[in-house]
Amino acid sequence: MGMLRALRGDTGGQAMLVVLALAAVVVPILNLAVPEGTPWHLSTYTVTLLGKYLTYALLALAVDLVWGYLGILSLGHGAFFALGGYAMGMYLMRQIGDRGVYGNPELPDFMVFLNWQELPWFWHGFDLFWFAALMTLLVPGALAFVFGWLAFRSRVTGVYLSIITQALTYALMLAFFRNEMGFGGNNGLTDFKDILGFDLQSDATRVGLFLASAAALALGYLACRFIVASRLGRVAVAVRDAESRTRFIGYRVERVKLFFFSFSAILAGLAGALYVPQVGIINPGEFSPLNSIELVVWVAVGGRATLYGAVIGAILVSYGKTYFTGAMPEVWLFALGGLFVLVTLFLPRGIAGLFTGRRALSPKAAGVPG
Amino acid sequence: MGSVRADSGAFEHALAQLGERSFETKGEAVATIAASGDERALPLLKGLLAGDVYLRTSDQRLVFAEKSDSGYRLRDVIDGAELGEAGSRDVKKVAVNNSLRTQLRGAIAALSLGSSNPLVRLQAVRDMQGDAGAVAVLRERLPREEDPQVRAALELGIALADLGAESAEARLAAVAALEGSLEPAVRNRLANLAEQDPEASVKAAAGKALAGIESRLQVYATAETLFFGLSLGSVLVLAAIGLAITFGVMGVINMAHGELIMLGAYTTYLVQQALPGALDYSVLLAIPAAFLVSGLFGIAIERLVIRFLYGRPLETLLATFGVSLILQQLVRTGISAQNVVVENPGWMSGSVQINPVLSLTYNRIYILIFSLLVFVALLLLLKRTALGLQVRAVSQNRAMARTMGVRSARVDALTFGLGAGIAGIAGVALSQLTNVGPNMGQAYIIDSFMVVVFGGVGNLWGTLIGGLTLGVANKLMEPWAGAVLAKILVLVFIILFIQKRPRGLFPQRGRAAEA
Repeated sequence: MGMLRALRGDTGGQAMLVVLALAAVVVPILNLAVPEGTPWHLSTYTVTLLGKYLTYALLALAVDLVWGYLGILSLGHGAFFALGGYAMGMYLMRQIGDRGVYGNPELPDFMVFLNWQELPWFWHGFDLFWFAALMTLLVPGALAFVFGWLAFRSRVTGVYLSIITQALTYALMLAFFRNEMGFGGNNGLTDFKDILGFDLQSDATRVGLFLASAAALALGYLACRFIVASRLGRVAVAVRDAESRTRFIGYRVERVKLFFFSFSAILAGLAGALYVPQVGIINPGEFSPLNSIELVVWVAVGGRATLYGAVIGAILVSYGKTYFTGAMPEVWLFALGGLFVLVTLFLPRGIAGLFTGRRALSPKAAGVPG
Repeated sequence: MGSVRADSGAFEHALAQLGERSFETKGEAVATIAASGDERALPLLKGLLAGDVYLRTSDQRLVFAEKSDSGYRLRDVIDGAELGEAGSRDVKKVAVNNSLRTQLRGAIAALSLGSSNPLVRLQAVRDMQGDAGAVAVLRERLPREEDPQVRAALELGIALADLGAESAEARLAAVAALEGSLEPAVRNRLANLAEQDPEASVKAAAGKALAGIESRLQVYATAETLFFGLSLGSVLVLAAIGLAITFGVMGVINMAHGELIMLGAYTTYLVQQALPGALDYSVLLAIPAAFLVSGLFGIAIERLVIRFLYGRPLETLLATFGVSLILQQLVRTGISAQNVVVENPGWMSGSVQINPVLSLTYNRIYILIFSLLVFVALLLLLKRTALGLQVRAVSQNRAMARTMGVRSARVDALTFGLGAGIAGIAGVALSQLTNVGPNMGQAYIIDSFMVVVFGGVGNLWGTLIGGLTLGVANKLMEPWAGAVLAKILVLVFIILFIQKRPRGLFPQRGRAAEA
């Protein structure tokens, strides 16, 4: 269990995993075993909401891996998340079969509506779960690999990289809004019926998806922790703090970056794949630059370069969003904007930094990129 | 006017004659009226031809009658005075027959062509261009016409008529005369001729002339595309140039830049609301107002947030993004979540017609000029003023500038305020072109960054060239790629371009570039 050894000394991570394990036991019991109407019953809506937060946490983990440990501020990670989501959405779309409004066994509703005669080539294979599951990881991973290969090789760094990642997700958003792309245009993919033969509306499936998200988060966390604690992880931190020096010592900086960036995109794709069956829709809005930048603030609030901080930040801020947009929608953007400003000004190491704050006062010494 | 007065007795006598039953008398009257030189003659004859002239039965007075809900609305023929409503039995139409109609048409054309106003003459010629019977009048007028525009229209009308002439030579000559004309009517007629003319030589000549016209049309279509491209480019330059200051010169990533543009646009809206009567000037007033509003917001942002984050660009990016969200919500809560309507002043609406196929709208022309003015002003400010010198000194070497006595903190605040103020001015211009709403800034932030990065950070010329290039490239691709795909292609191009030349088109040289 080399992976578990990586947890040594990571008290925050251990605590987080314990809480996650507890949730994975308690939530299904409260939802399925405790009868409805009793005070201890947990509604399926809440279970789905929690599951959604867990996929956000996994996404935040992916961002923290490249931002916290490598200093790459990606403003386009929402694109990888959305691509994973679309791949899963395509599988779910094919599972509808002839139960759509138009009852066409082969074509999804929106294609019938657009008067298309046959399935586009890139939709083939998505009726198989294993293929779709592979694609949820492969497509974001491949995009990140190509993009990263181009960018890191020509040493695009810092703010420039941030801006072109933002341009990437913006361009993808515009592209997916087009009906001709074959991904449902404005409306995206929705009206899913079932996954692997299980009804998506049933409580048991919802709990199953919640458990899958929890498992993915735990495994993702362990994998990230394993990478970060390895030699490769230490090289990454060296790249973050002194890129030129690391290069002069003889490390192939762009390869380190490429590995981290692609792996991070795969994690984001996995998160997206788990997100879509729970919320029941994927549309081009997920590509919007605002989404990508919002998830950066999750990591900033939680605390960079801690991994568990990203998880905390994602869940807290997302909960705040759910609460505020429901209770007082006027306040939400003020709160989010204020959070950005206050955290960067007064809490550069996030919530996680509050617990370990006395260990190191200057950001540089604490390993937070300047 | 003397002659008009002298003839006015004859004019009124002729009016009385028009009321008679006999068409012969009426014909005489028409001839007298046409020869009178009276300025009321033309509307009267036109009215007669259109059947709008009536006789009021009560007092035998000639009136213009216009159908209304309850009968006819009457207007006096002689002095134009409103005579109120009348029932259909109170008035009687002044009837005209075919020979009278022909006489009227000739008289109207001749009268219009004889007008001292070239614009009236031009309109008259245009009206007669399709009319085969009117060619004689045109021919007769041609030798006496002095205005070049009217002459050209006359020749065009005659040539168009000659396309249907009996002899092949006449048709050939007409085709030659029409070569290069951009009028849609000419194109249609030539296309017909090239297909159906019995004479092979005429057919060939028409085909050749048509090809020539098509290629000229192509040229003008390209010119129009270029104009739209430059117009889009000028908008991009306007939006990006403030960013070129804050990002390029100061190295500060200001994600709230788009919202500063939005504040400028909303300032225009508020100025218009405050001065409802002065639509023509309020846009001009809004320029300094928007500069001040956005500039002050910019200085506040710099003093309250950015100055604590110098040297930490990624943190600056996040904090200013937070500021942008706050500004958006501020407008949404304070003014309205919906888009607001900003009016165009009169002098900015309409368009200038270069030729039948190319017209340029005024608002785009003004904004193109305006963005160039802003660019030049900014360039002069940076190169020729004490503040500009200090800004450049601080951006090149902060420590050294401070040693020389430059108050760098003050320069930072002013520079940021300047960049923000320019964004506000851009907002005024954009309010004349696009929707003004709380989200409008977001549409420009990515484009602006692309322009600055593409042109080369820290280089105002790069921003100008980069913005115009991207605008033109976008519009050149639009016809075959569609608007959305063209935008995507431009984004992909820039992403690839940055890989190749990470420092943009015009990279900053020297030690400052390495910092």
